[in-house]
Amino acid sequence: MREFRYAAATDPAAAVALLAGEPSGAFLGGGTNLVDLMKLGVATPDVLVDVRTLTSREVTDAADGGLRIGAGVPNADLAADRRVRERYPVLAQALLAAASGQLRNRATTAGNLLQRTRCGYFTDVTRPCNKRSPGSGCGALRGLHRNHAVLGQTLDGPGTCVATQPSDMAVAMVALDAVVQVLGPDGARSIPIGELHRLPGDDASRDTTLRHGELVTAVDLPPMDMPSRYRKVRDRASFAFALVSVAAALRVEDGVVADVRLALGGVAHKPWRAAVAEGALRGRPATEESFAAAADAELAAATPLPGNGYKVPLARNVVVRTLLELTGGLA
Amino acid sequence: MTTVDRVVGAGIDRIDGPAKVRGTAPYAYEHDPGEPIAHVALVQSTVNRGRITQLDPTRAEAMAGVLAVLTPANAPRLSGDLASDLPVLQSLDVHYQGQVVAVVVAETSEVAKAAVGEVSVEYAAEPPDVRLAVDRPDLYAPEKIMAGYETDSVIGDVDGALAAAAVTVDATYETPTQHNNPIEMHTSMARWDGDQLTMWDANQGPHNIVNDLVAGFALDGGHQVRIISPYVGGAFGSKAFTHPNQMVAAMAARVVGRTVVLELTRQQMFSLVGHRTPTIQRVRLGADPEGRLSAISHEVVEHTSRVNEFAEQTATPTRVLYAAPNRRTTHRLARLDVPPPTIMRAPGETPGMFALESAMDELAHELGIDPVELRIRNEPTEDPERHIPWSSRSLVQCLRTGAERFGWAGRDLRPGVRTDGRWLVGTGVAAATYPARRRKADCRISVAGTPAGPARYVVEIDGSDIGTGAWTALTQIAADALGVGMGDVELRIGDSRLPFAGGAGGSTGLASWGSAIVLTARELRRRLEDEYGGQVPPDGVTVDGGVPGPSPHAQERSMHSFGAHFVEVRVDADTGEVRVPRATSVYAAGTIVNAKTARSQFLGGFCMGLSMALHEESVQDEVHGHYANHDLAEYHVATNADIGEIDIAWLDEDDPYVNELGLKGIGEIGITGAAAAVANGYWHATCKRIRDLPITPDKYFR
Amino acid sequence: MDTEITLRVDGAAHPLTVDTRTTLLDALRERLRNTSPKKGCDHGQCGACTVLLDGRRVNSCLVLAVTVGDAEVTTSDGLAAGGQPHPLHRSFVERDAFQCGYCTPGQVCSAAGVIEEARAGWPSAVTADLTAADAELTDAEIRERMSGNLCRCAAYANIVPAVADVAQASGVRR
Repeated sequence: MREFRYAAATDPAAAVALLAGEPSGAFLGGGTNLVDLMKLGVATPDVLVDVRTLTSREVTDAADGGLRIGAGVPNADLAADRRVRERYPVLAQALLAAASGQLRNRATTAGNLLQRTRCGYFTDVTRPCNKRSPGSGCGALRGLHRNHAVLGQTLDGPGTCVATQPSDMAVAMVALDAVVQVLGPDGARSIPIGELHRLPGDDASRDTTLRHGELVTAVDLPPMDMPSRYRKVRDRASFAFALVSVAAALRVEDGVVADVRLALGGVAHKPWRAAVAEGALRGRPATEESFAAAADAELAAATPLPGNGYKVPLARNVVVRTLLELTGGLA
Repeated sequence: MTTVDRVVGAGIDRIDGPAKVRGTAPYAYEHDPGEPIAHVALVQSTVNRGRITQLDPTRAEAMAGVLAVLTPANAPRLSGDLASDLPVLQSLDVHYQGQVVAVVVAETSEVAKAAVGEVSVEYAAEPPDVRLAVDRPDLYAPEKIMAGYETDSVIGDVDGALAAAAVTVDATYETPTQHNNPIEMHTSMARWDGDQLTMWDANQGPHNIVNDLVAGFALDGGHQVRIISPYVGGAFGSKAFTHPNQMVAAMAARVVGRTVVLELTRQQMFSLVGHRTPTIQRVRLGADPEGRLSAISHEVVEHTSRVNEFAEQTATPTRVLYAAPNRRTTHRLARLDVPPPTIMRAPGETPGMFALESAMDELAHELGIDPVELRIRNEPTEDPERHIPWSSRSLVQCLRTGAERFGWAGRDLRPGVRTDGRWLVGTGVAAATYPARRRKADCRISVAGTPAGPARYVVEIDGSDIGTGAWTALTQIAADALGVGMGDVELRIGDSRLPFAGGAGGSTGLASWGSAIVLTARELRRRLEDEYGGQVPPDGVTVDGGVPGPSPHAQERSMHSFGAHFVEVRVDADTGEVRVPRATSVYAAGTIVNAKTARSQFLGGFCMGLSMALHEESVQDEVHGHYANHDLAEYHVATNADIGEIDIAWLDEDDPYVNELGLKGIGEIGITGAAAAVANGYWHATCKRIRDLPITPDKYFR
Repeated sequence: MDTEITLRVDGAAHPLTVDTRTTLLDALRERLRNTSPKKGCDHGQCGACTVLLDGRRVNSCLVLAVTVGDAEVTTSDGLAAGGQPHPLHRSFVERDAFQCGYCTPGQVCSAAGVIEEARAGWPSAVTADLTAADAELTDAEIRERMSGNLCRCAAYANIVPAVADVAQASGVRR
């Protein structure tokens, strides 16, 4: 691990001001990802500004009937929050399906949103990786990529990257149309969560649209009145990253899909909002056939690699299954 | 001496338990050397084969807190007698990726690790040759395979019998590279006092390490080396032999003149301490319509490294498990640009039994015969290749008892016909087997009277407890052999200053060390009776004894433990996720010394087999040559949630031939066959026969 | 970069000098020679380093020592109040819930956390009814909640009853 200075600030504004003058500095939340990456030499900040206890650790009711989640709320507390469990089960389930009890106790809401890919070429500084070292190539493309992206990858050029975004929580929040509150050197701004994470495009090094020095202060959840759920498929029964996950919410009226939200995890460089499938479903009969056709329409854009083609039928099956479960069609 | 109840067989709590649960039992890094400890970190090769062309330690050397940087240019010279990858820093040649190319010693672990990144190394490298294949032109037959077995065995006319057989199976199975990954990383803390080396080390037999250090540092003998290892945090084979970590620690301690510690990182556990070789195994079976085998052929291709020949004895269980007049087993090796393979729990039997017991399941299906019944029909009356009687063999009883406990009767033979909601449900069976061996072991027992109370017996033997329960079981054995209570026995193990014993491995620990204790105790009791009238003399008595090696019956009796696994497998029809909600394993392994710790051993072995079946695979990148999933987030082992209800049972088995205690050893048998049982159950649930482990969800979509 | 901190561990305050890079785990093991938390991966992937930080289970390998402040660190050894074994210590020995013992102090701390989390009514990934008023520690719940602690010896099937015994005695529904 490279040497760094440790700095504490008194409030979020001071932390932002501090980091603004430190081009190679970073905010430290729970540390469950950043400290890991620093040990690996992947992250090399020269100053850490500790914000774990600066931002709010409270979940509060919003005027519109939604919730405001403080950036410092630990994942475990958010999953246990009764309002989240009752009104946003998709979020509670996503949080509970992630990592381990120990990690959830420490990881924060903001840190979870901003965690970096677990691609083994990204986390190994002796391997090529355009995300970690732009221009060095993508080791995963012809290497181990069984659990890499099938949608929205960059398959050639300097941005080549087939990594996935690892957060389960973010997938649920994308389905919930959450809004991320950010404080930066130029003031506060709101980012619809669908615009927070990005595809690799021609610059795989940037996971999100945040600018240096911007601090996530809260995540707002709009009101939610649809039943929702999260389904995660992984290699073992617990404590593993998603092969594919689905966050879904569905309202059926008179046998017809009145409203639907669908996001996929484990398939792309960002939580994948399945807008094509959603469009194909609205106003259609809430049947297995409709669900399958919508999933197929979404996944038609998939460009799987030699070693991860299974993710396409897997994602299709999990979308269909999850939507059926939301209709009560499957126990 | 007063008579006390025998304790062998009882389920006694671990005597080291209270310290272990609190975390106060000292493992390698946790001893106090009495001075500040310097920290060692490693610079490793990033290429598989080639030569170092440039190595610049100057930036690292200049860092505050760095005490030394050792490179091939300045490292102490080791003796030329070292094998495999032990001649660390002795040459600029690179033979495998991860090879140690420089060593940093620093005041703190933080500085040592940071300095590693400041050592620049350049290589002239050749592309890695790491792909194992049956059509490689360079496959060769080793002279012998491990444990002294013949490379091939051929009896009768296999090809003729296969051609004439009513029913045949011809299938190829693959097992991947696996890594032992004990939770305690390999760790060596070393100190030199003059020419005396003390090393607190994580190993599964201190005596196994001594000779390499004597040879490498050109010492006069084992008296100059003391290896101390009372508690070891798991091993499963990787800590059986010396690896580069012990050589590096001793070297670094000598250079900086103080105590150093080298604790490998988890990532380094994938290159520096061995692995289980991948295998490609072709199994052919021929049978008559009633299922009687006429031919068995088991041909194995596996890898070894450029610097050692590790010829895993993969097809050897096929030499003992079933009767058949025509038989063939072969082993061929490819020498690849890989780190040296080593032993991993039941090396040979574990991958070999996956292939053989999968093939038997395929044959049962071809014949329309219950797979338990098929195995019973092929029970051999004697060792089918050595043509000598068994010392004891209870496979049929294990199968029958297991079937009864599991509720196997009435099982529908057809695959893919049972569902429970979205679960596809199946059941599978496989046999287990492992050789019973005894090795040389010495022992010393001293008795002294105590001023107030009974005599105190000190039992000394360099045995090792890597989690097996040896601390407790050996104390039980000693108490019974001495005719005293466990509280009157003080056991000393895990120190090379103690009388010689081989390491904990190959399920030989209790068979060897326990026998040594029994014979030494007998001699002590005889002397007390004959020379002191049954009283402990004021100055005490010390007796040295032991066992010379294998059982005297080892050439005339075939000695193996046996078992049977039954599992229920559930596969999600939409996702291919696999669960094993319940299993029954029944074993016959002779005397069981401690019913509590033995059950844990059987359980642990079976669960490691389940983990092998569903999770474990070290993926070697064929472009860059490294193990691409080299940590515990990506190299999956079973978690608590992956383990369901497991019913463990064993049969009473009296074997007068194997050793003084009639025990066969239980560390390995649980893993053998377990992966096949799971794969067979998976097929029964899904109709899909996965012949290449592990059975991950992606393979459901093939 | 050296920094002076005071760590409160198992009821005692320890002033010490650490590098800003020093993790809580390394501060405990290498600076304070507290052998209770173990290093099994150093990346939050195995759980052997689990301690209680102000009563909550965390991976001490991912906590920088400089961030601990005046939080109370409790190791498995520290659960033995006044030298008396904690009920989990007794149940782990009685149920033979370990073999090599290296992951064990982390398992014990994690189990203590699991029981407290259940008492607080926290659900898990296998909880069927997320809105239930309180948490039940069925075997399936214990398996899931203890899955952040790898045991290579695979004592899992014994860890479950060891945790269940103490949970039940603590009044948690089973």
